[in-house]
Amino acid sequence: MTVPLLQVEDLTVEFRGDAGWLRAVEGVSFTLGAQESLGLVGESGSGKSVTALSLLRLHARRTTRLPTGRVLWQGRDLLTLPEREIRAVRGGEIAMIFQDPMTSLNPVLTIADQIGETLRIHQGLDRAAARRRAVELLDLVRIPDAGRRVDEYPHRLSGGMRQRVMIAIAIACRPKLLIADEPTTALDVTIQAQILELLRDLQAELGMSVMLISHDLGLIAEFAERVIVMYAGQVVEQAPAAELFDRPIHPYAEGLLRAIPSLDDDAVRLSTIPGNIPDPGNRPAGCRFGPRCGYAEPACRAAPPPPILAVSAGRLVRCPPRVAALGGPS
Amino acid sequence: MSEALSAAASEGPIVQVRDLAKTFDVGRSPKGGRLLLRAVNGVSFEVGREETLGLVGESGSGKSTIGRMLVGLLPASEGEIRLFGETVTGPGGRKRLAKVRRRLQFVFQDPHASLDPRMRVSDSIAEPIDIAGGFSRKDRADRVAELLEMVGLSASFAERFPHEFSGGQRQRIVIARALALNPDFVVCDEPVSSLDVSMQAQIVNLLLDLQDRLGLSYLFIAHDLAVVRSVSRRVAVLYAGEVVEVAEKRRLYADPKHPYTRALLAAVPRPVVGRERPPVIKGEVPSLLDRPPGCSLFARCPHAMERCRNEPPRLREIAPGHAAACHLHDAA
Repeated sequence: MTVPLLQVEDLTVEFRGDAGWLRAVEGVSFTLGAQESLGLVGESGSGKSVTALSLLRLHARRTTRLPTGRVLWQGRDLLTLPEREIRAVRGGEIAMIFQDPMTSLNPVLTIADQIGETLRIHQGLDRAAARRRAVELLDLVRIPDAGRRVDEYPHRLSGGMRQRVMIAIAIACRPKLLIADEPTTALDVTIQAQILELLRDLQAELGMSVMLISHDLGLIAEFAERVIVMYAGQVVEQAPAAELFDRPIHPYAEGLLRAIPSLDDDAVRLSTIPGNIPDPGNRPAGCRFGPRCGYAEPACRAAPPPPILAVSAGRLVRCPPRVAALGGPS
Repeated sequence: MSEALSAAASEGPIVQVRDLAKTFDVGRSPKGGRLLLRAVNGVSFEVGREETLGLVGESGSGKSTIGRMLVGLLPASEGEIRLFGETVTGPGGRKRLAKVRRRLQFVFQDPHASLDPRMRVSDSIAEPIDIAGGFSRKDRADRVAELLEMVGLSASFAERFPHEFSGGQRQRIVIARALALNPDFVVCDEPVSSLDVSMQAQIVNLLLDLQDRLGLSYLFIAHDLAVVRSVSRRVAVLYAGEVVEVAEKRRLYADPKHPYTRALLAAVPRPVVGRERPPVIKGEVPSLLDRPPGCSLFARCPHAMERCRNEPPRLREIAPGHAAACHLHDAA
């Protein structure tokens, strides 16, 4: 295998809690290849967004410690890169879009100003050239009447159009990786489908890798080739999408998939996962999913916490009993 | 009224809505006069005893506005709402609403905003009881304990505060409060949409259990078609303030007739890899300040015909128990 574009090793992020440091993300490791689409899925508190932000050292500085582990981007460790160099990576080689396009855009600047800012900083374009390029970018994200829209302010645009503008800003410098954190969560389902289609098209046109972070397993299934499932700050399963959705191995992944109400059949009662997601300050000993797991054995509740084990090529599962039942780690 | 719009229950419907409309005055128009936003544009439906009608639509569909008008939080601009046989719109409507008010409750989306952070759970749950009056201290405490048990929470939670609970637990508390006065009809407006998937399923099941146990009727308002399918018996699809299709749920999901319903169903991502993706509907919802003269979906519809431009389609029955508002189905 060639050297991956991104290689994350043992990423751990701690933030300040009422009683000392708490781990939002613990021991996350994964790789991402060129032009690959990776899905990061989990519920609230799973650590999926913190993982993404930490890659670019965008963690909240006042409440969060510098992440530990390694984030190798084309051979360089982003966690130790000097501030000046990581700034060139952010928005240049790696771009990010977020859930809420309204709070991500500056309400008092026109679209041309906001796209132009990235171009002036990263590519040194002058104002006129930046504006011309902004129009091209709006065309690229399928905003109709780009020449006129470029001079408008964000409040004039719908939520879907604003997210298109955010995508235009993100791809302005032709990033190699786009991190999309819940990019369609605030949008209606028909608009979500449009944005997803746009991301897919742009990924192919520009040859980017995309890391899609979402709570929505449906979205992940339709977009990602490979999926990482997180629970309570840890990766619990990592697998090719086709395998995960066909046959999840970790009991949490299985429970989550079963709990989704179906559009295509009439099961009246939904399958549920009992209990609640544990707080970072109040996580159980042993397996973090143990108290909610229908298959838990006494050993699951005992320390040390279970390791993540390989079951087949590209497939890792943090559930030793399940892995053993499948014939042991490969 | 066509069969599709009627409640299917044998007894009379408990909710009857006819030609309901809501216009908001949103300021001065640059052309002179007032700027009027027509959020709900002539909606009719019924909800039967122990029935759940799902009301599904995207933002701007008017679904929440309808819910708020039903429980009296917003006055209707036009049309009629009858609750338990009482007409609660028009002259004298508020007085008649007061008569049936106790039989009617609502649960909103955000359990964080719905609970006062400074009130103990017991006081939040008992608030409707305290307002209604007539409960002794012991009866009140017993009722709170009973309600907590009913929604799957321990009675020992009564003296805690909202911040001690997860989103799912808070929504259970909100539901307990809604049930305090034994309502017959509950409007649920996006009750699970702020919750994680694993919590969503728990609350959906709770609502279904409570319906069985207490004989409740629900108007279940949501944007999530899959959640609506799991709780409803019939489903009405809203677009730009109008009902575009209504049917018994199995029919609606298996054989949608309106192009918008089809587009909506096609757009929902499914947890299956390698699905053949249907084409994505283009465009966005029209401005409700300047409604198109014909069909609201005209600009986006893949089947739009010339008559759709100026002639608004009427909701009509196209099969027993199945109605759609689309000129495509007029000929049949």
